[in-house]
This record gives sequence, structure tokens and C-alpha cells, in this order.
Amino acid sequence: MHELAVTESILEIANRHAVAAGATKITGIYITLGKLSSIVDDSVQFYWDIISQATLAEGAVLHFNRVPAKMRCNDCSAEYEMQDQLAPCPNCESNNLTLISGDEFWLESIEIEKETGEIE
Amino acid sequence: MTSNRIPVVEKILSANDSIAAINRKRLDQTKTFAVNLMASPGAGKTSLILQTISALSGRVKLGVIEGDTAPVTIDADRVTDAGMPAVQINTGGDCHLDAPMIDIGLNQLPLDQLDLLIVENVGNLVCPAAFNLGTHANVLIASIPEGDDKPYKYPAIYRGLDVLIINKVDLLPYVRFDMDYFRTGVEILNPGVTIFEVSCTTGDGIDAWAEWLVSRVTEIKGK
Repeated sequence: MHELAVTESILEIANRHAVAAGATKITGIYITLGKLSSIVDDSVQFYWDIISQATLAEGAVLHFNRVPAKMRCNDCSAEYEMQDQLAPCPNCESNNLTLISGDEFWLESIEIEKETGEIE
Repeated sequence: MTSNRIPVVEKILSANDSIAAINRKRLDQTKTFAVNLMASPGAGKTSLILQTISALSGRVKLGVIEGDTAPVTIDADRVTDAGMPAVQINTGGDCHLDAPMIDIGLNQLPLDQLDLLIVENVGNLVCPAAFNLGTHANVLIASIPEGDDKPYKYPAIYRGLDVLIINKVDLLPYVRFDMDYFRTGVEILNPGVTIFEVSCTTGDGIDAWAEWLVSRVTEIKGK
């Protein structure tokens, strides 16, 4: 539901880095998104198509790299991927767990075009 | 024309996070302990605030920032009626408070006179979890009638909690709510989180929560 704020932030970061790199166009945006970060890709894409208009990033393709939620059991040290439902450690049934991945939410890289400035 | 990929590696909400850090600094400077109070609509956020005001009356000076999606001042009025400074932030339909809104709220409060600040977030279990406000503690109210499956359905908000308040425990005899199932979900997401069971209607359990707040206020004063 907060995807508009998030998408505006993605656009701001992408444009800032593109300008710093001397880009004339952004063609791709690579986003790392943990399974638990409660962001809906389709919704980000929807806002993106609207707010990226008339910016360097217009038409850029959004790529979402989904990171699974992984847990480590603090009792038996087993590591496992959390499926759709929260569940205790499949090895020893303990609830004493640490989340080791799954809440990532960052802009990993952007793909840009720039004029080379070479004279033929 | 060349095409290449350049690394960015920046947290998408980093702009919010940096304002949250400034908010935290201001709160630390005035030694005001601040709580981000989250819950779904109707869980009892305003009721808990009113109970807390009366439990801490004469001991702790507190202020409230009320987040609302619509320009109605019902909640803020109830706090002001209870004799405490309250600021209302209208999010204009937005589903959560963010750090810049808290900055605006802090500007309107007599911070140096306040021991405790309670920020009442917008009623929602999804969006508030994503936005760091700069407050010292994240507190969630889960109420019995909402059902025992909420940790399983909204894991993100349970993950980042410092305190969980289970409200409306007076309704337990009337509602199907498996406390063990609920607490197992909470435990998986957030082992050892501080939990208070309360009823804002009967006042049960409010004292323990109020004492927890007093301890935090004492701690920050001592720093």
C-alpha cells in the first residue's frame, strides 16, 4: 500500500546516480527485495510507469531479485528457507530462530546509456 | 553511445532513514523517550494512550503525535481533553507515518518539557513497518478480536517490535483465540519480545506497561 512512496524513492535514487555517472538514459533498474519486505512488484511497476515519465528513467525496465526468507535455528544451528507459513525449526521444532535473510530492500544497480563523445 | 551497468547499492528508504536519524538525535538531546505505537484500526491505540496518560499522571510529562489519514481531530481532541499536548498529522490518505512527518510534529511540541512522546501511527499492519521514524521503541497493539493468526499474516510488523501489547484480553472468554498459537508465531518472528496483556476497558495490565515506560524514561534521563 505504500508503494507510491517507495517508487518515488527508487526514481530519486536512480536519477541521482545516473546524473552522477553522466548518463543520458536509464534502461534498467535492479532491485533486491526480500520475501518479508511486503512490497508488491506489480504495484511498484504501476506507479513506475506513471512517475518515470519525462525523466532519464522513462521506459527503464524494473528487475526484481526476490531473496527468500532464511532462518537459522539458535538451538540446533539448522538453516532453512521459510515457506509461506511461519513454522518452527523443521529439525528440532524450536521457536528460537534468527532471520538471516528476507527483509532486504535496496537498489542494487542501474543500467545506463551515455554519449561517448568520440568524434569519428 | 555506450550502455553499462553501474552499482548503486543504496537502501530504497535511505532518505527516510536519514531524517529518522535526525529525529532520534533531537529526542536524545531533549531526553524524551519516544514510542512508535502501531496497530490495525480499532485495536485500541487511542484507548491505550488515554489509559497511559491517566496511569502516568503526575509522574511523567507526555506528548502525543496523532497520525490520521483524514483531517478529523477526534483522537487528538481526546488527548488534549486529557490535558496533554497533542499534534495531529494528517497524512492526506497515506497509509503510514514517515520520518519527515514526525519532524513536522516535533516542531510543534514543547519537546524540552516532555519526558515521553507517543506517536500514534496510522491504523495499518503493513505499511508502518517499513518506515523508521526515529523513535526509540516500536510498540504494536494486537487485540483479541482481530484473531490469533496475525503474526503469520503480517510478519514484517512483528519482526521489528520492542514491545507487543495484547489488548482486549477481557474478551478472551467470548472469542475464538488460541493464545499459544498466537504466541508461537510471535516467538518465531521475534524471540524474547516484551509482551504485556492488557484490557483498556477494565484497566487490567496497564500498570505493568506504564512501569515499563517509566523505566525507559528514567534510563534516558540518566544518559
